[in-house]
Amino acid sequence: MAAEVRFDRVTCAFGPVKAVDDVSFEIAEGEFFSLLGPSGSGKTTCLRMIAGFQYPTAGHVYIHGKDDTRLPPFERDVNTVFQDYALFPHMTVADNVAYGLMVRGVAKAERRRRAEEMLELVRLGGYGDRRPVQLSGGQRQRVALARALINHPRVLLLDEPLGALDLKLREEMQTELKQLQRQVGITFVFVTHDQTEALSMSDRLAVFNQGRIEQIGTPAEVYDRPQTAFVAEFVGTSNILRGPVTKRLFGVEGPVSIRPEKIVLRPDNEPAAGPDTGALATIAEVTFLGAATRYRVALAGDEATHLMVTAPNVLTAGQALPSGTRVRLSWGPETWQVLA
Amino acid sequence: MRSDRRPPADGRPRAGWGLKAAAAFTVLFLHVPMAFIVLYAFTTEDQSYVFPPPGLTLKWFAVAWERQDVWNALWLSVQVALTATLTAMILGTLAAAAISRARFFGREVVSLLVILPIALPGVVTGIALRSAYGLADIPFSFWTIVVGHATFCIVVVYNNALARFRRTSGSLIEASMDLGADGFQTFRYVVLPNMATALLAGGMLAFALSFDEVIVTTFTAGQQTTLPIWMLSELVRPRQRPVTNVVAVFVIAVTFIPILTAYWLTRGSETTADAGGK
Amino acid sequence: MTARSQPHPLGQAEPQVRPARTRSLSRRLSGWLYGRRGLFLLILLLPPLLWLGVVYVGSLFALLLNSFFAIDPFSGMVVPEFTLATWAELFTLANFDIIVRTVTMAAVVTVAAALIGFPLAYYMARYAGPRMKAVLYLGVMLPLWSSYLVRLYAWKLILAKEGILSWAAGATGTTWLLDGILGLPVIGGPSLSVSYLGMFLVFLYIWLPFMILPIQAALERVPKNLLDASSDLGARPGLTFRKVILPLAFPGVVAGSIFTFSLTLGDYIIPGVIGASRLFIGQAVYMHQGTAGNIPLAAAFSVVPIVIMAIYLTAAKRLGAFDAL
Repeated sequence: MAAEVRFDRVTCAFGPVKAVDDVSFEIAEGEFFSLLGPSGSGKTTCLRMIAGFQYPTAGHVYIHGKDDTRLPPFERDVNTVFQDYALFPHMTVADNVAYGLMVRGVAKAERRRRAEEMLELVRLGGYGDRRPVQLSGGQRQRVALARALINHPRVLLLDEPLGALDLKLREEMQTELKQLQRQVGITFVFVTHDQTEALSMSDRLAVFNQGRIEQIGTPAEVYDRPQTAFVAEFVGTSNILRGPVTKRLFGVEGPVSIRPEKIVLRPDNEPAAGPDTGALATIAEVTFLGAATRYRVALAGDEATHLMVTAPNVLTAGQALPSGTRVRLSWGPETWQVLA
Repeated sequence: MRSDRRPPADGRPRAGWGLKAAAAFTVLFLHVPMAFIVLYAFTTEDQSYVFPPPGLTLKWFAVAWERQDVWNALWLSVQVALTATLTAMILGTLAAAAISRARFFGREVVSLLVILPIALPGVVTGIALRSAYGLADIPFSFWTIVVGHATFCIVVVYNNALARFRRTSGSLIEASMDLGADGFQTFRYVVLPNMATALLAGGMLAFALSFDEVIVTTFTAGQQTTLPIWMLSELVRPRQRPVTNVVAVFVIAVTFIPILTAYWLTRGSETTADAGGK
Repeated sequence: MTARSQPHPLGQAEPQVRPARTRSLSRRLSGWLYGRRGLFLLILLLPPLLWLGVVYVGSLFALLLNSFFAIDPFSGMVVPEFTLATWAELFTLANFDIIVRTVTMAAVVTVAAALIGFPLAYYMARYAGPRMKAVLYLGVMLPLWSSYLVRLYAWKLILAKEGILSWAAGATGTTWLLDGILGLPVIGGPSLSVSYLGMFLVFLYIWLPFMILPIQAALERVPKNLLDASSDLGARPGLTFRKVILPLAFPGVVAGSIFTFSLTLGDYIIPGVIGASRLFIGQAVYMHQGTAGNIPLAAAFSVVPIVIMAIYLTAAKRLGAFDAL
């Protein structure tokens, strides 16, 4: 499939600060692609360069194979759902949705009809005559979506669109967005700082840090095979081990990441079930999480090194191992990852 | 001031009687004198300002209505105010748009430049313009008045427009362009409708300011008579007290309307005129 | 979003989704400008900058320039040659008197406005409910914006010898008090309408709203919890007021004083209509340019309030007054 969006060594500097620093990536047609990173990592600037609100200071941005690096936003086949929705407060919902058609000179009756169709699509049929202020946050979000989709863009950009919603509504909208994307079949570029959101929704994601991309891949790749310490810690939680301890435990040089839930923990007195990879440790702290229990354990022979271990509460009926218990830790061969 | 008691049931602290009395006194001080003007418009006495009025009559309204010199002065004032307001609205809005859009070198200089005409005493602005006209050999005309008025009205429009620009989300403009509207369409369909009430409020206040202005005008009008200049000449040498009384009441009415409208247009959103002095 | 039986809008075979874009002039122009934001800002700024920079600042320079010319004593014409004669003329004892008189009046008016404006501003900011606050706000705004001349005229009525104040003194049997006050040296005079006391009252009345609003704005910014914290720590209300509220309100007072001081300093109409026949700065400027036609001297004189205000503003800036504007 052709690349819908391509960044070729793009840099965007504001004075001495490089918000985006020599970034290259491709987004395939029809993909749900997330730009994930903490605030100030350059993900929003990248989105703005796709939309055309910001021009790169170096490099090229291609949209559907065409060099659109310095094309103003109103000439691009790209539409945006803004973080604050940016609905026009002086217009009705229907006029908001039909705005893209209006400025292109589509006749009024046609606009009216198409706007209503779009509102139906986002389940807001019949809301056309209201004003944005009369809508709830979730409803405004849907209007913003309908407005951005009415022009049939090649790419839909979403700038932290769920940030302003409460948790429950947010989870609902995640599912709806995903369904909507399948339904309309266009490329979605989704900016978020919420790693669970990025993992659950994306086909692929790019993890940003300090203006650079740390890793690009499918959610499973990024989660299971983090290539840098930043990715390992930002996407999910991870134990990162450095120094001689990695040689002893994993037989490799360099830092190693292992997820807390990949470590199997059993009391030292039970016989080992499988091949004896692993180490002895002592439980230092126990936290009950409901579905699982989280242990902080100190490695035997290397007491300064602590590891987090989450054990699902499958068999135990609320009876976690007490603090101070000697335990044996083990892990499968593919569960850990050497970091760059 | 022993007024800071713990909040009563409604959650708001109650003011002590001393504070209330002082506040009430100030409000009365600000408003009672205006009431006397209205009273004097009906007095039968036409040679002095004697109080209490010996009798009340409506005849001075009819007399004033017949006065062509008052009508001429009023018409000149209205024309000047309209022209100056329009000029100030364009210039003030442009300046506010530029200042609100970006942080650039010299931003403070622009702000200072806009505020200067009201920050400096009116007599300075007046004599400065007068000197410039003198040096450039420009004869007094309608336009020499307008230039002065527009200059000090810019700040009023600027303040209102800037407050609204800052309150209006910048992403509205981006949203419009994102949806395919070019700069001119965005201005027409998004910027202007969102600014309308703020601009109207600024325009109203600019009108009130210009309609009433006398200090700068005396330097830039030459022999022309605006309504305030007509009033000033009556103040210095009273000749037709009853007519002056009626005109004063009329001026109160004419300036209250735009002020109240401006307040109503921007109520609940931003302060209208705090920094917009005269 | 449930999948619907009808074909969804984006999937429909629309005949022409996007009409061929007309690359109109406005479109091309705004596209060209979009990438040149600095230029766009410059275009926005150019008209107001030209107006204010050329017309206004240019006039101020013309003013300054004029002050270095002098008038020909015989023909009464301005001689456009550089001279310091006009400035020398300015620094005479009589003119020094005028400056002292004006600055004193401006200072007294400012202090009085702060004293009687503060309680109302304080009440508005701390005690008034939303409705009351709106009413009071409008109550201060209306006089601020309404006609200066009409408000001056009102006081001409009130202060006149046959006017309301004299009548009120007679009605309450306090004519002796009024006469006593008028008999005082300096501030007194034959009647209130031709005394410094009367002039002071008018100045106070006209510029008072300019003092109230900045104080109120500054007080509004005092966080409520700061006051609660102070009283929680055991401070008596009086102490809270002195140690917490007053220091925080002070920038507002200074901001307001900029207006009252500057406006009084430059006014020439009030001293002309109400008050003794001694000149104030504004009157001197007006007189020299008008009847005497001596624009150079008028120009030099008008530099005086500019210098005074520059000193005042520098001091005010140190006191943090600009944050309260």
